[in-house]
Amino acid sequence: MSKEWPLWEVFIRSQHGLAHKHVGSLHASDAEMAINHARDVYTRRNEGLSIWVVRAADIVASSPADKEPLFDPASNKVYRHPTFFPMPDEIKHM
Amino acid sequence: MDKPFFEYLLRLGDTTLILSQRLSEWCGHGPALEEDLALTNTALDLLGQARMWLTLAGEIEGAGRDEDALAYLRHAHEFRNLILVERPNGHYGDTLARQFFFDVWHYFLLQRLTQSTDERVAAIAEKSLKEVTYHVRRSSDLVVRLGDGSETSHAKMQEAIDDAWRYTGELFVDDDVDHDMVERGISCELGTLRGPWLAHVREVLAEATLTMPAEDDAGHPAYQGGRQGRHTEALSYVLAEMQSLPRAHPGAVW
Repeated sequence: MSKEWPLWEVFIRSQHGLAHKHVGSLHASDAEMAINHARDVYTRRNEGLSIWVVRAADIVASSPADKEPLFDPASNKVYRHPTFFPMPDEIKHM
Repeated sequence: MDKPFFEYLLRLGDTTLILSQRLSEWCGHGPALEEDLALTNTALDLLGQARMWLTLAGEIEGAGRDEDALAYLRHAHEFRNLILVERPNGHYGDTLARQFFFDVWHYFLLQRLTQSTDERVAAIAEKSLKEVTYHVRRSSDLVVRLGDGSETSHAKMQEAIDDAWRYTGELFVDDDVDHDMVERGISCELGTLRGPWLAHVREVLAEATLTMPAEDDAGHPAYQGGRQGRHTEALSYVLAEMQSLPRAHPGAVW
């Protein structure tokens, strides 16, 4: 089955959501079927949303071994986090 | 009581109810987890539609029968569903052929019913049409995939199409109830759905590399009569299972 029905990762943007969010994975024989299945499995047909599917094989992930060089330097530089400014109310979703 | 309208609503309600029951039998037995979910999703859509039609039928009848009384406490000869939908599931190709023929018909019918002079009918049709638009897309797609798939899937799909075909004649036969509904603007002539139905079916079967059976093969009266209460033996078995609990405990609340 893994040969004919490869794994797909599913990303969904909900009706009021701003970005696509990874919601899970499923098996499907091609992209169109993956979209159909994603709709049945993950959306229960809420309207006004968007679905992305991508073959799991096409995703490149960072290696857990690279965790320290990739992420650690950010945490000890407080000046990298511009959190000291008051944010005007009109600017949402920053 | 408005007898023809009641009859007409039963036809819509019973057809969606029985097909929903048939599809529910697949639960846990689909060819893949995702197909299993998709099929039971369709079953739930159809059950929701059946509830709306039967509830309205009960109101029109005015005898105090609600959706449950109509679904669970009528006998086979009182059911008004199309014979096509009571056919056994068979293999997955059989289920798909039945679903495909029905979905295409259902889609064109609901499209017309959204223009019904009865606003309750129009409202139910509008709600259902969204669901059925998806059903028809899905079943058409799968017929193409299996027809144009492997040698085995092609052979099985062709056999399923040929088998289900004879039950499709009934989809387009108007009787007195239909004529009455047409006169009152509640519904359309089923005969007028035949053209668009054939066009879509022909297109999908061609894409699926399947041979469309001869149109005349679908007209035999032996395969019609469901909408008048004359069913195949298959329906009795469906009802025996579906109704066993409410019949064993009449009046129970759940």
